[in-house]
Amino acid sequence: MAATFYSQIGANKRNSFLLALVVIVLLGLLGSAIGYAMTGSTAGALAVTIGAVVFGALLSVGSYFAGDQAVLAASQAHRVDAESQPQLFNVVTELSIAAGIPMPAVYLIDDTAPNAFATGRDPAHASIAVTSGLLEKMDREELQGVIGHELSHVRNYDIRYALLVGVLVGSIALLADVFLRYTFWFGGGRRSRDDRGGGGGLQAVIFVVAILLAIVAPIIGRLVQLAVSRQREYLADASSVDLTRNPHGLERALAAIATDQEVLEVASRATQHLYFTNPIKKFEQRSRGLFSTHPPIADRIDRLRKLTGEAPLTPAEEQTLAGLD
Amino acid sequence: MNWPLIIVIAIVVIVILAVILLYNGLVQKRLRVDEALAQIQVQLKRRHDLIPNLVNAVRGYMEFEQKVLTDVTNARASAIAAGAQGPAAQAQAENVLTGALRSLFAVVENYPQLKANENVLSLQEQLTTTENQIGFSRQHYNASVLDYNTSIQTFPAVLIAGILGFVKREFFEAEAEAQTVPTVDLTLGGAAPATGAMPTAAPPVAPPAAPPAPPAAPPAAPPPAADAGASGDPNAGPPAG
Repeated sequence: MAATFYSQIGANKRNSFLLALVVIVLLGLLGSAIGYAMTGSTAGALAVTIGAVVFGALLSVGSYFAGDQAVLAASQAHRVDAESQPQLFNVVTELSIAAGIPMPAVYLIDDTAPNAFATGRDPAHASIAVTSGLLEKMDREELQGVIGHELSHVRNYDIRYALLVGVLVGSIALLADVFLRYTFWFGGGRRSRDDRGGGGGLQAVIFVVAILLAIVAPIIGRLVQLAVSRQREYLADASSVDLTRNPHGLERALAAIATDQEVLEVASRATQHLYFTNPIKKFEQRSRGLFSTHPPIADRIDRLRKLTGEAPLTPAEEQTLAGLD
Repeated sequence: MNWPLIIVIAIVVIVILAVILLYNGLVQKRLRVDEALAQIQVQLKRRHDLIPNLVNAVRGYMEFEQKVLTDVTNARASAIAAGAQGPAAQAQAENVLTGALRSLFAVVENYPQLKANENVLSLQEQLTTTENQIGFSRQHYNASVLDYNTSIQTFPAVLIAGILGFVKREFFEAEAEAQTVPTVDLTLGGAAPATGAMPTAAPPVAPPAAPPAPPAAPPAAPPPAADAGASGDPNAGPPAG
């Protein structure tokens, strides 16, 4: 059944919101359990939760304001303008008009592996980087699809969204870590001095719950974070079609990049989630599915095909893409 | 404490605040529509300004193709004049200009020295991107109109929109002529037509009218690869974009 990019966009936004909600609830549960276990009161639970979030947020302030420059420097990107890269600049201009956002800064990475990323906390402070390999291997239509995808990340505030989810997940990890160390080192279970009647028994139970959560929550949080990342990738694909009104360009770009064997040298585990397709190809082969920041390329192509009512990829075609992914 | 009175006042204050927020939102959307409309004019003017350079760059090489050059120059003049005659006349004149440009680029295909000329290539890229920007400006205008019309017709803004003077805006729609395939006149100069110069079924710079339906045909906006030598590629379209 054919879909519209509007319905895909709607579904993606709902899914990412629900996933973020899961993380928030998880943080709330963990914080409450730990707080209550340690202090025996609900006020303590609240204090611990809020404290963890605030601390996690403070750690991320630097990333919020200077994160894009750090990422661009780490990727050895250099800025280009209309004279040095006319076609790239023009394509970014065209799609900025379609998206109704100010023109982002345009950067080039000297690498033969075709890829791209966008960074920046909002459309007014955004940057887009592409590799020279991408420019060589894509025709104009495909380039439009890729740039449309990246600009959609900017327009949908995905970088900010990812940072937010990252803060929450980081807070969960921090809280769990501190609590587990505390339990280990101090023999656990220091009861609150205002031990009221049956409070002791409940506190002990909550203490066990807290320990279990502290072990499990960071893993769940990380998995949810990766799921959010995948949802936003689908969203960026659908939003790119919203901009270009042409799924074929993006589809061809995805297929071309999937079958390209080159490795992007400047990418690392820290920056892989930002790119158009996962640049660390070996990693993606080893741990697909739940642990991947990007959805499988075959799925992305199938979703684009749904928009025009075309048949999805055949198993043989999927093999070709997956084998060389 | 007179509770009923306090509650009534609270409700009134909340309603007033809500109306203010809704009103500001609607004004912002309406202004965006106006801005998008103005931006289309910016792009059209850009195209008008680029054309004399292009004509001069190719004129020296194409002694036998004067008709094509004259067509482009005249179409440009008409398009500029039509700017003052309202959007319908302007759209029509601009479509004629697009057709003339396509003919010109199709003929350029026949001249290898011209095809490889840096100046011409750069101008070709400029015109391609301008065509795209015109298309995307119109698309963005339609997107703004959609957003605005949706806001004034859905709850809760629909309650106050009519009273406060917010009216529906019209989408930019392709002219009837724009739906027909442009013919490329290749009989000038007696040179054999290059196979790359195939008109596609896509209408000239006519943007999609924006109702939320799956894209029916590839829009005119994304043009082919800059390597205009790709002849016969169905996705490439006419070299002029």
